[in-house]
Amino acid sequence: MLKTLVSGDTPRSPILLAVLLAILVCLALAPFLFPGVRSVDTAARICIFIVLVASYDLLLGYGGIVSFAHTMFFGLGAYGVALASSRMGPGFDSLLVGSVAGAGLAALLALVIGLFSLRVRAIFFAMITLAVASAVAVLVSQLSSLTGGEDGLSFKIPRALGPAFKFMDGEIFGVKANGKLLKYYLVFISCFVLFLLMLRVVNSPFGRVLQAIRENDFRAEAIGYRVVHYRVAATCLSAAIAALAGALYAIWLRYVGPDTTLSMEIMIDILLMVVIGGMGTMYGAVIGATLFVLAQNYLQNVLSLAGESVSALPFLPDLLNADRWLLWLGVLFILSVYFFPTGIVGRLRGK
Amino acid sequence: MSAAPKHAPTMAQMSLAERVAPYAPILLVVGLVIAGFVAIPATSSWLTLTVSGLAMGMMIFIMASGLTLVFGLMDVINFGHGAFVSVGAFVGVSFLLLLEHMTGAPNLLWNLTALMVTIVGAMAATGLMGYAFERVIVKPVYGHHLKQILVTMGGLIVVEQLIIVLWGPEEIYITRPEALKGAITFAGAALEKYRLVAVGIGLVVFLAMRYTLRRTKIGLIVRAGVENGEMVQALGYNLRMVFIGVFVAGSALAGLGGVLWGLYQEVITAHMGNQTMILVFIVVIIGGLGSVEGCFIGALMVGLLQNYVAFLEPKAALISNIALMVAILMWRPMGMIPVVKAK
Repeated sequence: MLKTLVSGDTPRSPILLAVLLAILVCLALAPFLFPGVRSVDTAARICIFIVLVASYDLLLGYGGIVSFAHTMFFGLGAYGVALASSRMGPGFDSLLVGSVAGAGLAALLALVIGLFSLRVRAIFFAMITLAVASAVAVLVSQLSSLTGGEDGLSFKIPRALGPAFKFMDGEIFGVKANGKLLKYYLVFISCFVLFLLMLRVVNSPFGRVLQAIRENDFRAEAIGYRVVHYRVAATCLSAAIAALAGALYAIWLRYVGPDTTLSMEIMIDILLMVVIGGMGTMYGAVIGATLFVLAQNYLQNVLSLAGESVSALPFLPDLLNADRWLLWLGVLFILSVYFFPTGIVGRLRGK
Repeated sequence: MSAAPKHAPTMAQMSLAERVAPYAPILLVVGLVIAGFVAIPATSSWLTLTVSGLAMGMMIFIMASGLTLVFGLMDVINFGHGAFVSVGAFVGVSFLLLLEHMTGAPNLLWNLTALMVTIVGAMAATGLMGYAFERVIVKPVYGHHLKQILVTMGGLIVVEQLIIVLWGPEEIYITRPEALKGAITFAGAALEKYRLVAVGIGLVVFLAMRYTLRRTKIGLIVRAGVENGEMVQALGYNLRMVFIGVFVAGSALAGLGGVLWGLYQEVITAHMGNQTMILVFIVVIIGGLGSVEGCFIGALMVGLLQNYVAFLEPKAALISNIALMVAILMWRPMGMIPVVKAK
């Protein structure tokens, strides 16, 4: 039963299994285990980034396609929910309409970009997505009457997901039974289902063909698979799932803005998470996203402590400044592409 | 046995369309300038915009040329090329600040000398950095596109952060050398002096590069390497060495582009390289990956179109470049001047 649930793609390593189970339990019970505003927020971010990173891994790790427009699709979903909620009024129907419209638009845009660039040369795709994504980011910040510009949009979500709503009296294990709890579980369950869905996709015949194309597209074409069709389909699927993750992120934050959804920084974060976690393994996304978000929230404090401890020396404090952690991540990123391209998961599986 | 087909040679001249086809890209630039003339009501503003479009195009060309040659020669795609642009600009600013007594004086000769020293300094720095980048970051991933993209992107992140460590996180404002400030008036149009200088430098670089590629032995080897690398190696040339040379030259040119771009914008940030890379990639794609002429024509088109559209409809400026790219890829999917590989 459990094996069917993960589509036969078990972690295949006792340590990895233990880590994944620990992450699953922590996320599933986060409001009870870590009942603080900040820690629940971190848990929700981890859930959403797992889905986002896994959808990117579907493209990069399984399809072998580099895209720099993943935040654009993420943002489309987020803005879809925000616009629908602020135009149609708060309600579950507007959340649904917004997410579906965002995902549909993302898939359509991915189809157009994919047909344009993947048809000619897969390498064009990376450059074209970079150009299109930055154009969209500029456009979003310029069309301030529609998108709120740089300030972004704050919007109301249904009352049932707010802290004022009580679905039962009293407390569950010392946690208030309010809408905030419901919202967390909406995010968690949606992410869980989306992740299992992606695991299903990569272990289906479609996923196998994608991996064959990644390994040798010429041979895959020769066997009789239409390489372009498979690549475009993977792009569309990954874009739609990224948009759904964006919709969940918007619901969680009740806000969208260019900085939280569209910026190049997030794109780089996603890249780092995929590569450090392990490309071509869905579980790599889980490990990468969890480690990265935790590090983002807590490790910076450690780094600033290290910076203070060497403050007497010249130059070193600048290098160890908490704002410079991207420098060290970049170095780690390069080293991991060279020395263990299968990331943490690949290492644990002993490949 | 059937009769052999009749031998009927035709001596017809090629149709006009066939004869024009090789010149179509350059005619497109001319057409764009004429279209701009028709669309923009005042001739003086058209002239101003054309000059600034040309200046912008030249600067983008300087930055893009190295990237396209590196790709053509060794099939290496460098997403970290923007790092050289940023480093060039920052090193350039440091030189300009050092030579403040020269740039501040209202003396054209002194100003140009200072500018030249700055450019040479920045190009030397980015050339050296290009050598290190090639050895440390690019070399281990030859022949592997996916890893190249990832690793060079990682290199870009690291270099951007190092710039912030060395020069601080704030953006730096630059003042142009005294004699290059302001504008001259020509036929009622105000032409910024600096833009004219940028057009001049761009033209010199393009002509020098064309001369090197077309008239010298090393250029011959580079062109042959782009077309058929294996054959060049079989003839006894060390293509790796040539490639390193091209990579260093391309990095130095990106540094020059960074200095010019920084002086053009009058403000520099660590991320400026990555921002200009968006235009550079568009140019490289529409020109045809690996083609220097295509890159030049593409850069001029992007620069001109961006300036015309920004004047007519400011919000559509960036979108216009994407639209241009889409249109050109529909017309010629491999870019305007596709590089024919003998493989």
